[in-house]
Amino acid sequence: MAITREEVLHVARLARLSLPEAEADRLREQLSVILDYVRQLDLLDTRDVVPTSHAVETGTPFRNDVVEPFGDREALLANAPDRQNDCFRVPRIIED
Amino acid sequence: MSNVPVHEWTLLEAAQKVREKEISSRELTDALLARISALDPKIHAYITVLPEAATAQAAACDEEQAKGDLRGPFHGVPIGLKDIFCTRGVRTTCGSRILRDFLPPYDACVTEKIFAAGAVLLGKHNMDEFAMGSSTETSFFGATRNPWDPSRIPGGSSGGTAAAVAAAMCFAGVGTDTGGSIRQPASLCGVVGVKPTYGRVSRYGMIAFASSLDQGGPIARTVADAAALLGVIAGHDRRDSTCVDIPVPDYLVAADRPVKGLRVGLPKEYYGGDGLSPEVRAALDTALKALSDQGAEVVEVSLPHTSFALSTYYLIAPAEASSNLARYDGVRYGHRAEGATGLIEMMSRTRAEGFGDEVKRRIMIGTYALSAGYYDAYYGKAQKVRTLIRGDFTKAFEAADVLLTPTAPTPAFRLGEKTGDPLTMYLSDIYTIPCNLAGIPGISVPCGFSTEGLPIGAQLLSKPFREETLFTAAGAIERALPSRRVAPLEG
Repeated sequence: MAITREEVLHVARLARLSLPEAEADRLREQLSVILDYVRQLDLLDTRDVVPTSHAVETGTPFRNDVVEPFGDREALLANAPDRQNDCFRVPRIIED
Repeated sequence: MSNVPVHEWTLLEAAQKVREKEISSRELTDALLARISALDPKIHAYITVLPEAATAQAAACDEEQAKGDLRGPFHGVPIGLKDIFCTRGVRTTCGSRILRDFLPPYDACVTEKIFAAGAVLLGKHNMDEFAMGSSTETSFFGATRNPWDPSRIPGGSSGGTAAAVAAAMCFAGVGTDTGGSIRQPASLCGVVGVKPTYGRVSRYGMIAFASSLDQGGPIARTVADAAALLGVIAGHDRRDSTCVDIPVPDYLVAADRPVKGLRVGLPKEYYGGDGLSPEVRAALDTALKALSDQGAEVVEVSLPHTSFALSTYYLIAPAEASSNLARYDGVRYGHRAEGATGLIEMMSRTRAEGFGDEVKRRIMIGTYALSAGYYDAYYGKAQKVRTLIRGDFTKAFEAADVLLTPTAPTPAFRLGEKTGDPLTMYLSDIYTIPCNLAGIPGISVPCGFSTEGLPIGAQLLSKPFREETLFTAAGAIERALPSRRVAPLEG
């Protein structure tokens, strides 16, 4: 298979997805099928090809560096899963 | 005309009748809300219906109309939006558990524009979770069904929008298309769907999936309706740095232009594969004949890298998605897992609980393709092949003004038929994906029915910012092959 069990677990850690053991094996199989399929790109010689990151080149638009405050602060905070005053509360950041 | 029920009017007819005071916005809105109440329990095209807000908006439109004030071309006309467009204070879920209770603090640019045009918002349409899917089956809120046969899927990811339009539960809607998510469901539901040129419609407030591929666009029952709606939502917006500042032409005029002398290219790679159903092929032949009978010139063209498009897409789109979806961490909005003792555990469990299987799969592929040691082999390689695919189109458009292809390889498939095999599901988008990679515009227009009575669509592709050519060619097909656009449902 194109991807090992350890790699699946490593990628899940990078992606911040907790993964039950049983799901890791199923994902390994599904990802392997997909990764085997996309390997067909190796058939193409692309040594001299410039990569495309955006199909329509627009350049970088500039604007004046002026602060534009967002009006509805309360609407932003109202979505917080856990809020304390005007802050987003989270579990402890520095773990033991 | 008088025998046509209100809900079956076209968007432009409804707008005209409100303008000419033949009907009030309240009457129109009530008729469609009643239609939704009657049919949507069976179809499930809406995640959220807004009876109170829509009624209030319609009443306001009627008051303004009485004073002779019209907001814009769709004054008082009810439409719907895919639940990917932020609507201020109205729940916007993107089909995901992780945004189940999200109340956007602002409107998307598309939302602002449809309101500025006077449209009444009936509700938010169902979709595959984060627009990842081809059947609307990955929605956290449950699948949408195809109005032409409720045992079948409507396509996806804008399946809710296409089904709502086909079932006459709105006069039109706006969807999004990253690899075919407007055109494929439009084809499978027998309606018109447009993927504009990348940069034509602002992505501001449109929840991101793959930022270099995503575009919003109209889904409607006629080519003219789609043209009019694109005219409203297109245009420059400085809040999306990729939104292009060039004038928006009159698309409606383009839909009536003759096709005489138009060069229609047939890309041979789109007709050769054994995945193309004979019925779809036969329906396309009638579309081609419609164009050539009206004086279009037919040429064969080649897009030699077509068979590499799906692989390219399934590296680029998940890579961009894995980056875009990193923001859903349970900190500032959306779902948060209970009881975690540390931050990383909270984030990892929030994401595991909040995302469905397809979204997790794509985040995993994308993270892998971008990870140390694999970037060049996967993501970098895909970006180079993307250049080759773009080059194919540039060359083809030297010989042709517009390309005619199938939109989807088959008519609508059954619910559950492809959910067990992700790669087979991905193949539903084989004809629509190259357009997004190249950034060019595309349209799907109905061109017939299968023997089982399922709609079939033809796809037209043109040069960047030549949506007018799409409307001209699609209009010619529509005039030659008039077909029923509202699915035969009891209601």
